[in-house]
Amino acid sequence: MRSKLTIVVVEEDRDRALGIVDALQNTGDYEVFVIANYSGLARKIAMHEPDIVLIDIDNPTRDMLEELTIASGPLERPVAMFVSSSAGGLARAAIEAGVSAYVVDGLAPERLKPVIDTAIARFGLVRQMRQELVETRRALEERKVIDRAKGLLMKAKGIDEDEAYALLRKTAMDQGRKVADVAEALVTAAGLLR
Amino acid sequence: MSRVTIPVAYMPLVDAAPLIIAQEMGFADAEAIALDLIAAPSWSSLRDMLAFGRVDAAHMLSAIPVAMRLGLGGMTTPLAAVSTLSVNGNVFGVGRPLEDRLRALGSEFDFADARHAASMLAKAHNGVLTVGVPFPFSMHVELLHYWAERTDLGSDRIEFRTVPPPLMAEALEAGDIDAFCVGEPWGSVAVDRGVGALLLPGQAIWQGAPEKVLATRTDWAESEPDLLGRLIRSVWHASRWLAKPESKIAASEILGRSMYLDLPPEIIDRALSGRLILSSHGEQRRNENFLRFHGAASTFPWRSQAKWIAHRLIERYGLSTDLDAAASVFRADLYRQHMQDTGADLPGASEKLEGAILHPTAVASSRGQLSLLPDRFFDGAVFDPDAPI
Repeated sequence: MRSKLTIVVVEEDRDRALGIVDALQNTGDYEVFVIANYSGLARKIAMHEPDIVLIDIDNPTRDMLEELTIASGPLERPVAMFVSSSAGGLARAAIEAGVSAYVVDGLAPERLKPVIDTAIARFGLVRQMRQELVETRRALEERKVIDRAKGLLMKAKGIDEDEAYALLRKTAMDQGRKVADVAEALVTAAGLLR
Repeated sequence: MSRVTIPVAYMPLVDAAPLIIAQEMGFADAEAIALDLIAAPSWSSLRDMLAFGRVDAAHMLSAIPVAMRLGLGGMTTPLAAVSTLSVNGNVFGVGRPLEDRLRALGSEFDFADARHAASMLAKAHNGVLTVGVPFPFSMHVELLHYWAERTDLGSDRIEFRTVPPPLMAEALEAGDIDAFCVGEPWGSVAVDRGVGALLLPGQAIWQGAPEKVLATRTDWAESEPDLLGRLIRSVWHASRWLAKPESKIAASEILGRSMYLDLPPEIIDRALSGRLILSSHGEQRRNENFLRFHGAASTFPWRSQAKWIAHRLIERYGLSTDLDAAASVFRADLYRQHMQDTGADLPGASEKLEGAILHPTAVASSRGQLSLLPDRFFDGAVFDPDAPI
C-alpha cells in the first residue's frame, strides 16, 4: 500500500479548485491533482492513478468518469463509486452535500473518512456561496428593472420617485404579483411602444 | 385514497415525456399521486439518486438496470424496470468535417439505410471513428456495436467517448468526437447550431429497441405495491395521450418550458412528429415511428429485450452471469399485476423472438386485439431468447 493517498479533484473553476486543495492539504498529507479541462477526462484521470476522485455531483461531465468504473478500462484496478463500497452513512452525507467520490476498491474506510469529511465541508461551503451569488445577482437585476420602471412612470405621469414606487407596489398587490414582475412587464411594454 | 407525492428523477430529453405529461396533464392526479419531477445533471447522478433513495422512481436508460445486475459500473443496488417508457428515438450523426467528406463521396443522407451508411463512413473516414454517446451502458452503445460489427465499418474502428447529451454539440465543435449517437432533442440542437448532420435514426439499426424504462429500487417496487401500481398506470395513460396526433403541439409546448427542457417547442416537435431536419442544408425526412410511447405493447417490459441487452453485455465484457438472472430486472410480472384491471391489452407471453416481425402482426393477448409492429434488425437477424447466439 502506498503511504500517501493520491486524490484527483475535477473542477473547472480555479478558485474553487484551489480552495478544495488547500482544505485537503490542511487535513492530511495527500498528493492532490486538479483537472480543469474536461476534454479526455477519463484518460487524464487514469494517468494519475488516483485512490480517490472528487467531483461536484451537479457536474454533468460526471458521466465521463463512469468509464473508470468499468474494470477493463485504462485503470487496472477496478474503481467503484465510493458509496457502493463504504459505510452507508458517509455515502449519504456526501451525496446530500453534493460530492461524488470515486474510490479505488479496497481502500480502508478510515483513510477515506477524513478526505470525504473535508470534501463535504468544502463542497457544502461552495454550494452555499454559489446559491448566495445567484440570489444576489437576481436581487441586483430586479433592482435595475424596478429603477427603470420607476423612471418610466415618473416621466410619463409627472410623479416623483416615491409615488412611482407606490404605484408599482399597489399594482403588484392588486394583481397578486411581485413588484419586479410588474416592473419587468412595464419595461417590456415601454420598449415595444417606443 | 390519500394523495401521495412520489419524487421522480429524469434527464432533460424528449423521451422523458410520459413522466412530465403524467404530472402536467393530470394523469398522476387521477391516480391520487403527484410526481415531484427532479431534473438530474447526469445519468450517474440519476442512478445514485435512485439507488440512495433521494427519489423513488426514475426515467432510465434501458441498459442501466441490466448492467447493474451484471455488476458493471460502480453501483449494485438492485433496480427494477417496471415499464418501458419509450421505444427507439435516438439519432446517429456526424460532425461537419465528416459530413463534407460523405457528401463529396456522393452520400445522399437518406436517413434509412444502415448498411449503406456504414459503407460510406468506412470510405470517408480513415482509422478509428470517435463517437460520442451519453453513457457507457446505453442502447446507443449497444446499437452502434451491433451495427459496426456487422457492416464494412467493423467494431474495432469505433471508439466510444462519454459525452453528456447537452454537451454533444460542443464536443463536435471542439473536434473531441467525429460522430455521435444521442436522444432527441440534442441531435437536432447540433444540427441547428450548424455543427453536425443526422445520418440514421436508431430504428434503422433495430426497429424495436427499448430506449428508456421506468425504474425503481426493487425493494421499493415490492414493498409499495399500491404506489407502484398508481405510478405505472398514470404513466401508461400519459403515454396513450402522447400517442394521439392532436396531442403533439401541446406536448411540445409543455416539454419546452424552462422548468423542463428549456428549448423552443419547434425543435421538440421534430422528434414527436418524426419529421427531422438532417443538416444545415435543410433536408427534412419523415420517419414513421421515430419515437414510440404507446401502442403495440410499447410499454410492456419484454423479458426478451432485457435478455438481448444482457446477452450483448455478457459477450462483450466476458462475464459468466446467467442470462435469465440478468434479464429478471425487467419486471413483466409487476407490470401485469398492476395493469390487469385497466382494460389494457396485455400480451400473452413475456418473451418473444426479437427481430422476427416484418409486418404488423396480431398476437395472443388478454383482450385479443393486440398487434405488434415490425421490430427488424437491419441485418435481418432474429434473436431467440432461449437460444441466444
